[in-house]
Amino acid sequence: MFLKKTRKLETQIDEYLDLVIKGGLIFKLGIKCYLEDQIEEFEAHLKDLRKIEDAADDLRRNIEIKLYARTLIPEARGDVLGLLESCDKALNITEETLLEFSVEIPNLLPELKNDFIDIAESSISCLENTVSGIRAYFKNVDAVRDYVTKVQFYKKETNKIAERIKRTIFRTDNELSFKIHTRYFTFHIERIAEQSEDVCDRLSIAIIKRFE
Amino acid sequence: MDISVWFFISSGLFLGWSLGANHAVNVFGTAVVSKMVKFRTAAIISGIFVILGSVISGAGTTKTLTDLGSINAIAGSFSVALAVGISVTLMTRAKLPVSTSQAVIGGIIGWNIFTGSPTDYNSLSKILFSWIASPVIAALFGFLIFKLMKKTVLKWKIHLLRLDNYTRIGLIIVGALASYSLGANNIANVMGMFVSAPLFVDLNVGNLFNISGVQQLFFLGGLAIAFGIFTYGNNVMETVGTDLYKISPITGFVVVFAEFIVLFLFTSQSLEAFLLKNNLPSFPLVPLSTTQAFIGAVIGVGLAKDPLSINFKVLGKIGIGWVVAPVTAGLITFISLFFIQNVFEQKIIHPVPYQITKSVITKLNDEGIETEKINDLLNERFTNNKIFLNELKKRYDYNSEQIYSIYKYALIDSFKIDSMLVIKSLSSDQFSIEQINGLKILHGKSFSHKIDFEEAVFSDSNQWRMNGDKLKDKELSEKKNIIENIFRVTQNNKHK
Repeated sequence: MFLKKTRKLETQIDEYLDLVIKGGLIFKLGIKCYLEDQIEEFEAHLKDLRKIEDAADDLRRNIEIKLYARTLIPEARGDVLGLLESCDKALNITEETLLEFSVEIPNLLPELKNDFIDIAESSISCLENTVSGIRAYFKNVDAVRDYVTKVQFYKKETNKIAERIKRTIFRTDNELSFKIHTRYFTFHIERIAEQSEDVCDRLSIAIIKRFE
Repeated sequence: MDISVWFFISSGLFLGWSLGANHAVNVFGTAVVSKMVKFRTAAIISGIFVILGSVISGAGTTKTLTDLGSINAIAGSFSVALAVGISVTLMTRAKLPVSTSQAVIGGIIGWNIFTGSPTDYNSLSKILFSWIASPVIAALFGFLIFKLMKKTVLKWKIHLLRLDNYTRIGLIIVGALASYSLGANNIANVMGMFVSAPLFVDLNVGNLFNISGVQQLFFLGGLAIAFGIFTYGNNVMETVGTDLYKISPITGFVVVFAEFIVLFLFTSQSLEAFLLKNNLPSFPLVPLSTTQAFIGAVIGVGLAKDPLSINFKVLGKIGIGWVVAPVTAGLITFISLFFIQNVFEQKIIHPVPYQITKSVITKLNDEGIETEKINDLLNERFTNNKIFLNELKKRYDYNSEQIYSIYKYALIDSFKIDSMLVIKSLSSDQFSIEQINGLKILHGKSFSHKIDFEEAVFSDSNQWRMNGDKLKDKELSEKKNIIENIFRVTQNNKHK
């Protein structure tokens, strides 16, 4: 019976991580739709992402309560909660960013379209590899290092693309407000990668602690 | 049973309580401190298994302690147990990592010195060996088990939550096993000094099974240990169990497992028989310090994780404990015996008579011990250990081992052979027809010394000769002990 309850919690953790992955994929689709001027589809994706974010929040709280109430993994509990919470923060950033696109409707230069698609892809790759790293933390510790390396790689790529966008926009003759607005959205997408890297830093420490 | 017995035995029960309170942390400390197992669960499991271990397997280590010094008066046992209890409490307060097992040795030697009784240096050397060997062996097992775990279990792709469950189950199992071994190994510390002063008569429960007086004594001791775990174990875990015991549950599992193996090696009579049967070196059955075995295992695991992690400060503290614990306990025992004997006028030793006979002289000569100078003591009877010792020392400067041999052979120990007892007490399953008949022939004969009895009864070399097979020789010497106990004339069985 005890093992059965634990298995249910294992499934819940997997479901939570699935939601984070789905959230990332919807974010990418949303950005593409926005850049293609498919505003209706974009709004539908934003709605989906909000639902996913809400569901992920509920599930995370449920997992946290179970971990504490049943005093499960007492040594690693703090790390696990930290990982799930900081991962949740990354999901929140995707939702917030898409919401800001919806509210502020930034005017992006057509020549930056591919760069925005690339930065979204790269940031979400960071998030996806972070989720894989967390899964590996639970089941296959040896693989964590590989995912952490991938996250670091994609984070650097994201930074490079962001820099490219900023350099391009600030070398145009547009209004400064326009330039700053574009930079602001670049920065927001970049934050997903930054947050993913923070999760991975926690992950690297958590792995060392598991072998103490 | 005299009500005063309960008063005297109370010091042993106090020692048991203290042992339970202070040592539960070594079996369930990690599990409780890391919140893997609730204290209540740990205490129930530990309490049950400590009692089982004490009653079922406590005999082996107790024999080693009684060989070291046979405290035969209950007031003496009381004084030793009390002195050991006090010294352990004092040293624990002074934050010295002392062990009850080591303090008890000091207490018994203190009694031997005070009463002029001989110390069996063979038993003492076994005990000293075990003090050094136990943390070393624990470190070795801690190292090996951790390496093995890291290469196997930690590589398996098990979900962290499932691994957590398995670790929890593992901690409970090794905790229970270690508790059993703690009871079996350490009960000698608590009740060993009361064994030679018979307190309880054997109980026959509905003709189904027999509970010996010693087992009843051990049950009481086990109960006291369990009570110590329940009442004070948690406090110790919360206060002591912070640094040393704050290790990860998996490391904790490895450490307690290694500690259990060490306790088992130095406690199990079955393992000893198995090793002897296969002509392998066996481990002496000796009460150990569970704390030092625990520390040894922690060091072993530390070395497996990082070879440079060895903490010489901790090692030094263990070494200090080896010296400080027995010396302090010995001194306090000596002082408390003085008070109990002279202020409270209690008998701390039942006088044991000695007499040097011709057969004793022959036996001593066979062992190359000088006898010419003690010939004038021939047939003189001594009822006081100290006077006998002084007389011997006046004549020749015997060393401790020679003194021990003289005491052993000169001890007056009455035996009378009765053929009815042979038929009643010796089963043909255990003894051969020749062995039984050999005894029947000697019907009616009496002996005042053990060596004379052995000479007469075990003279048939075909039946009783030791042949170098360790296990068979051990069985043979156990058979000899059975025969001696049957025909020994004591205060209780004079009617025979």
